Parts: sequence; structure tokens; C-alpha cells
Amino acid sequence: MTNEQLKETIEKKFDKATFDEFKGMLNVTVKPEDIHQLLDYLKNENGLKFDFLFSLTGVDWSDSIGIIYHLESVELKHVIAVKCKPESRENPIIPSVTDLWAGAEMHEDEAYDLFGINFTNHPNLRRLMMDEHWNGHPMRKDYVDKINIIDLG
Amino acid sequence: MIEAITGIKDSEQEYFINMGPQHPSTHGVLRLVVNLEGEIVKSLVPHCGYIHRGIEKMCEKDTYQQVIHLTDRLDYLSAHINNEAVCLLVENALEVEVSDRIKYIRTIMAELNRIASHQLWWAAFGMDMGALTTFFYGLRDREYILNIFEQTTGGRLLQSYNRPGGLMNDIHPDFVKKIKEFIVHFRKKLPEYDELLTGNVIFHNRTRNIGTLTRENAINYGVTGPSGRASNFACDVRKKYPYSAYDKVDFKEILFTEGDSLARYQVRVAEMWESMKILEQLVDGIPEGPFMMKMKPVIKLPVGEYYQRVEAARGEFGVYVISTGEKNPYRVKFRSPGLANLSTLNHLSPNVKIADLVAIMGSLDLVIPDIDR
Repeated sequence: MTNEQLKETIEKKFDKATFDEFKGMLNVTVKPEDIHQLLDYLKNENGLKFDFLFSLTGVDWSDSIGIIYHLESVELKHVIAVKCKPESRENPIIPSVTDLWAGAEMHEDEAYDLFGINFTNHPNLRRLMMDEHWNGHPMRKDYVDKINIIDLG
Repeated sequence: MIEAITGIKDSEQEYFINMGPQHPSTHGVLRLVVNLEGEIVKSLVPHCGYIHRGIEKMCEKDTYQQVIHLTDRLDYLSAHINNEAVCLLVENALEVEVSDRIKYIRTIMAELNRIASHQLWWAAFGMDMGALTTFFYGLRDREYILNIFEQTTGGRLLQSYNRPGGLMNDIHPDFVKKIKEFIVHFRKKLPEYDELLTGNVIFHNRTRNIGTLTRENAINYGVTGPSGRASNFACDVRKKYPYSAYDKVDFKEILFTEGDSLARYQVRVAEMWESMKILEQLVDGIPEGPFMMKMKPVIKLPVGEYYQRVEAARGEFGVYVISTGEKNPYRVKFRSPGLANLSTLNHLSPNVKIADLVAIMGSLDLVIPDIDR
């Protein structure tokens, strides 16, 4: 499907979603209450079949902290980026997609560890990179690291 | 079984051991907390982060030229391919078209890097299975490639040879000659690999039907690269989205249907043959042209989000950059093939023996700095 067709198909079902296109990649932005339903629809709907989650990225947009899912359909060969922006920056909560893609588990662990995004329905949410007693979430823009070697220079 | 011998209930036989972070078969600092019942693995939890350097965070403070040198340190065995990903991203964002010479040299280097990586994997995989000779064979042949790298780029393991807009310097005058010598040498030596390991009955018994991954699960877990292709998942980025000179060469995407450790092994060995085919097609026809395009000294990407996918030796490597128009990126994410491949380990390991766990891990070809970033 072309990006135009994708947009039309998704718009019919999710009227609150916002769209933009950049460098050939269609971006869909939704609120956390719709995200799981949207991804479920993208994965299982016949004409869409986005079955390959090739990237799950936590992002600090400074006004909010959220997730970008990059999806590809192996069979139909189209790609899409889905963004989820929760309201609260301090405690962003997003439903987990581990029930849709088993591989998302460790990526979500990473996003929780580095960005402090809480995933509901995640089987075992834990810090992946940092020590389990670590304070704060280092990839947040407002994280202060006293011994940051980059800033020392 | 154990209950009958010891009189202790089966449910009380369970115990946990730490495999790693210094275990030789993890090839780095990966720690697996393995729940065992006797010798049988019940479940495991991988613990990462022992070599977490915060590379993504560092990139936010660096210029795009500096980011190149950090990508080397992710999957150090496909350093050149990682460099290329960042360069392609910057070039696509700035809409710079590089010369054919640059494309050819990049592709040749990437394929040499892929062969070197598979050689080291083959060497270490044999050693994991208890066959020490493979280690010497693999490293002996890898030396040829490292010498080629050293001559042109100055680096043996980490080259940092790519620059946004081209290459660090032109190729060494002996570059083409050395590659031809290597191909002649390796075409003779690769059948030795088959004699030693591929046709070995003990090796077959250790790997056949061990850690079988179905195609459906490979896609579901996002397993790419040779490990994904062993499960018949056609995930080769070189075929799907050709970059550099891959649209000019003829090569086969190796696919196996079995999905077990043996199939993952066979894919990589066959890929070495394919990589040599690519090298042969390119090495004679390196066109004339500049090795570096005209670029501004300070690179600023237009505001937006960019994603670049390349095929590294272990699978799909992706770079995601959010730019706010500054000289350094706002956010950089590296999609490492290793993390996705590691996530299958808990799915593949239940009810295998602990020695088979080593075979599964070896066949997934994990590089820990790539996972931890």
C-alpha cells in the first residue's frame, strides 16, 4: 500500500490519530489509550499485516516522553512509524505490546530503564542496562549526571 | 528420575546458576541466570548492561562526524557496516549523491567485513563445540582481511573509514591485488571448513534440531540476519532496500527452512561464498572518481526524523536520528540486531541441556557491546 492508502485506511478506524509524512515514512501519532488497539489493528488487519516490529525507540520530546514503533510488513513490504505521546512527562504510562510482538519485551525494558516509561501488562518490567538500584533515567533530557565525562571537556 | 535416585522431590531439584558474565561461551560480558533442573534448562533471564557505555547518550553531544567513531564500538565485528549506516543516513538527509567509486569501495569493504566476521564466528563456534582447531583456521584466514583493512584504513578491527560524503582516504595501490589474492586463497580454504565441521557427525549431533526457531517466531521476535534467514525469513536489507552498490551485483539470498542451530551455521558458511562472489564482481571494476564529495565542514541535518537500515553481519542494523537542525543530533537510536536475537534465547532454551544452550548461543552469534550499546 502507498502512504496515502495507509493513511486513509487508518483514518477510517482511528479518527483521533494525526498524520505526517517525512522522507517517505508515514508517521501516525496517537494517545496511549488508542495505541494498543491501533497496533493490534495494524498487525492483524488483512490489507495491512505489519508483522515485523523492527525498532522500538524511546524518545524525550522535552514536552513529553514517548515511544516510536517502526513497523514493516514482510509480505506487503510497506513501512510505517507509530508514535505514542502520553500526557504526563513525569510518569508516562503506555500499554505493553509484548502480547503482539514477543520481541518487544527487552526493548520495552530498555525504554523503561533509560526513559522511565512504565508499561502496563508487561510480564517482567526491569532495568536492562543500568543497575537495578540506579536513580533516575539517564536518557531523559533533564537527567543530571555529576560525573559526565562529555561535559567535563 | 533424579527423585528416584536422591529421594528429593523434583520440585525441590530446581536451582539457579549464573552463566557469565565471565563465561567463555558468552563471548563477552553477558550474564544469564539459568534455572536448571539437573542438567536441563527450565528457563533463563539474560542480564545485560555490563558493557553499557551510553553510546546513544554520547551521540547527543557529538557532531555527525564524531558519531561514526562510536558506531565502530557497537558491533565491533561489523564496524565498517555500522559506519556506513550513519554515513548513508547523513547523505540521504542532505541529499548528497556520492560517486560510484565510493559506493564500490564501501560495498567491497562491507563484504570483506562480513567475511571476517563470519570467519571469527566460525572459529569461535567450533571452539564452543569443543573443536579447537577451527579457532586457528578461522583466525589464520581472517588475518588476510585484517591486513587489507590495515593497509588502506590504518585500522584492523575498527576502521572508521567511512565519512559522511565519502571515505577517509583513497584505497591503497595494492588494494585490488590483495583482495584477488585473498579470494584465491580463501576459495581453497573454505572447503577445509566444510571438511572439518560442516560434514562432521559429532557436530551434526550437537546442532541438528537444537534450538529450532520457526519462521513465524523469527518475525515475531524480530530475528534478522543469518539467524532469521535460517528460519526462512527473507530479511536481507541488501535485497529489500539496496544501498551503495548492492543493486549492481548479482548474489543470492541464502535461505534455509530448518531454523535449527545447524541451519544457522549453514547460512553463514554459504554467505561467505556469496560475499566472495560479490567481491569478484566489484573488485575489477572500481570506477574512477573522487573518494570524498564536497561537504560543508559543519554538518547540520534539516529538521526531521531519519531512519537508515543496513545489513550488518549479524542482522539488520538501523540508525534512527531526530534532528532539530543543530550540529549534533537530538536523539540517536541504534537498532542493534543482537538485542532482538538475544530476546529469543529464553524462547529457544527451555528443555535443552546446558551444553546445547552453548550451541544455541553460539549459533545466534551474539556480540555483547552491540546489545548493551
